[in-house]
Amino acid sequence: MAEPVSVAAEYLAGSRARAARTVLGQVVLPGEELLLPEQEDAEGPGGAGERPLSLNAGARSRVRVVCGPGLRRCGDRLLVTKCGRLRHKEPGSGYGGGVYWVDSQQKRYVPVKGDHVIGIVTAKSGDIFKVDVGGSEPASLSYLSFEGATKRNRPNVQVGDLIYGQFVVANKDMEPEMVCIDSCGRANGMGVIGQDGLLFKVTLGLIRKLLAPDCEIIQEVGKLYPLEIVFGMNGRIWVKAKTIQQTLILANILEACEHMTSDQRKQIFSRLAES
Amino acid sequence: MVTQSVRSARGRAEVIIAATRGVGAMEEEMHTDAKIRAEIGTGCSPRGPGCSLRHFACEQNLLSRPDGSASFLQGDTSVLAGVYGPAEVKVSKEIFNKATLEVILRPKIGLPGVAEKSRERLIRNTCEAVILGTLHPRTSITVVLQVVSDAGSLLACCLNAACMALVDAGVPMRALFCGVTCALDSDGTLVLDPTSKQEKEARAVLTFALDSVERKLLMSSTKGLYSDSELQQCLAAAQAASQHVFRFYRESLQRRYSKS
Repeated sequence: MAEPVSVAAEYLAGSRARAARTVLGQVVLPGEELLLPEQEDAEGPGGAGERPLSLNAGARSRVRVVCGPGLRRCGDRLLVTKCGRLRHKEPGSGYGGGVYWVDSQQKRYVPVKGDHVIGIVTAKSGDIFKVDVGGSEPASLSYLSFEGATKRNRPNVQVGDLIYGQFVVANKDMEPEMVCIDSCGRANGMGVIGQDGLLFKVTLGLIRKLLAPDCEIIQEVGKLYPLEIVFGMNGRIWVKAKTIQQTLILANILEACEHMTSDQRKQIFSRLAES
Repeated sequence: MVTQSVRSARGRAEVIIAATRGVGAMEEEMHTDAKIRAEIGTGCSPRGPGCSLRHFACEQNLLSRPDGSASFLQGDTSVLAGVYGPAEVKVSKEIFNKATLEVILRPKIGLPGVAEKSRERLIRNTCEAVILGTLHPRTSITVVLQVVSDAGSLLACCLNAACMALVDAGVPMRALFCGVTCALDSDGTLVLDPTSKQEKEARAVLTFALDSVERKLLMSSTKGLYSDSELQQCLAAAQAASQHVFRFYRESLQRRYSKS
């Protein structure tokens, strides 16, 4: 009985933990473990050759690394929990190890604190509205969380309205709560989204791509027709143009953007611009 | 609605077909004890001598409504899987500290019966061992499997399709898993990934679910008569074969992400 098992042991080439640095930009699968670079203390800003004294002479110092979506801490390694490309961002202030995360393609949204999302009001119960944001639970929105709202001056929100707001409470244990004001009390673009227009759903990866600072798609779309557009991090986009036909064309373009290369996109835009 | 038709006309997004056959190296080194004979002319499965797996194919993100979907083909056996989650759960079914996992298996013809219920339970237990349910308490994750064609090794094909669909949906998992079926002949010959004819004629059919990190056993479902040492040999063969399945997973996922 021991023999077949030992033969099988040769094939138990379990996933060896790889250094995170070597895997950047590559596709990682759930179950892989990544080693963090253990760095010595970087040379201080004081000048060459200076090193801060450490009480434990032998121990190497650990760098503080932020574990982003798709990664979990497991001992002193990172465990990959979602499939996607591994990304890294250097820390802005030069201290710490930066952020590691996995860029995955997903359709389902999970509420995250601070995200701006588009929700649909599904119920009004007493002082709060129940808003469907595409997650596992409807979020709650208090009527006082609008700009200029007081107990006497209630906001004009009906069931079925579209709301653009951000999460103030969003964790796995509690019901998500959203508000339509920022920390200073100003609306800042949030609140009830106006009449007409079209709401449609895309994948979360496309939203992140469109909201990236150097995205050409939005600039090109803006040159086509005058439009109003709202992006929700929960995969919902609301778009409004002058006529219904233009609105539908814009919606189709944005949905198709995910699968087109930039050349195909430019072709379609030039064809539309001519007609 | 115009938007609807565009979505369906665009059709399936990523089509990944990769053929892998696990032949060659593995047979020479394993099972020095087991009696393996060259299988020349056994039924309709075109395989090389010894134990090998049938042609694989996998397609992801082919359904527009579920959060994740995958279709897995093993030879002529084909299963379509869709995953919804983490989504709303009924209060009667919610678990306070982890996700409620539900598996629904629909046969190709007829109503689902006791055999389907039993397979659903096996698949659910495998998925629960691998999914990080504590990250999404009080939600439900539903895996719906539809048998498109059954030509042997159905449970293993269902497990593979479920794994690929869970990865496509972005459900957090601590490892990947795969299913491998072994059939033991009346004279002790071991056949991996048997066809339905081989399964019917076999003395015992064993299905194992293995995880990707250390090839550990997650689930085993066996039918028939076999000895202790034969069980160990089948398990070892399945562990060796699972390497090929995981390599196929890796290749198809890399191909999918290379397009974007």
